[in-house]
Amino acid sequence: MNYLIRTNWWKWVVMILLVYTIVAGLVMAVPRLPILNETIRNLHFHVPMWFGMIFLFGGSVFHAIRYLGTKNLKYDAYSKALMDTGLLYGVLGITTGMLWASFTWGEPWSNDPKQNASAVALLIYFALMVLRGSLNDDQQRARIAAVYNIFAFAVLVPLLFILPRLTDSLHPGNGGNPGFNAYDLDNNLRLVFYPAVIGWTMLGFWIATLKSRYLLLEIKRDA
Amino acid sequence: MRKYIVTLLLLPGYIASVLAQSSDIEMADQFRGEGKIYIVIAVILLILGGIFLTLLRLGKKLTKLEQEIEDEKK
Repeated sequence: MNYLIRTNWWKWVVMILLVYTIVAGLVMAVPRLPILNETIRNLHFHVPMWFGMIFLFGGSVFHAIRYLGTKNLKYDAYSKALMDTGLLYGVLGITTGMLWASFTWGEPWSNDPKQNASAVALLIYFALMVLRGSLNDDQQRARIAAVYNIFAFAVLVPLLFILPRLTDSLHPGNGGNPGFNAYDLDNNLRLVFYPAVIGWTMLGFWIATLKSRYLLLEIKRDA
Repeated sequence: MRKYIVTLLLLPGYIASVLAQSSDIEMADQFRGEGKIYIVIAVILLILGGIFLTLLRLGKKLTKLEQEIEDEKK
């Protein structure tokens, strides 16, 4: 985060990648698949939200651990900013998923294992937000939130990546056989999908740097 | 042996049916053919540009505020 706050060049990469994602994602040929039809293009918009959320939460727990090691409130600010942005991405992911599912799976919520697991994961992080809000002492809040953050991330990984794969899921790549081939990702889709994931994820980090700079100013004001 | 012959006889029909299926799948071909997709892209790009501009300006404002607070401390 230190480096991202200091530098600007990567913002141009974000802008180029996202413009490319929109143009190529809507223009390029996609595989003609039953049920999905044209909505396969959501792959470039819905799925990167979850990738972004994982990276943002990963960054958040990384800075939480750094805070525990240094007791420097700066890292707590980074951790908080990344967590907030990750939650935004998670909420966008779940709502876009419900919209997409209404057209492909017939209903917004089919109690799909991955849907349920991601809802539980988001609730865990919302609880962390409430927990933060209920504590007034800076150091105490940072310490408790950091420890909770580690547990939350430790639960998030099995919830999203392991449990849905143990049962049948409507999501591709689940139900025993993980992997990208199950997405029917052909090379045309990959050409847009990977830049889309990088672009959307880095946009999240961009928003998080702005938020953490604001939080750092707050810390300076109170000091 | 008979099994193989039957398979061989059925194969062309199967392939043809798979090919027919994939072109039967409904896509927004006409919408694209008329070039209307570019209008949608233009609208999304304008919105995206507005968001980028806002983020960049917000960053500049933060830099200014950070500088001011830094100067005050000196």
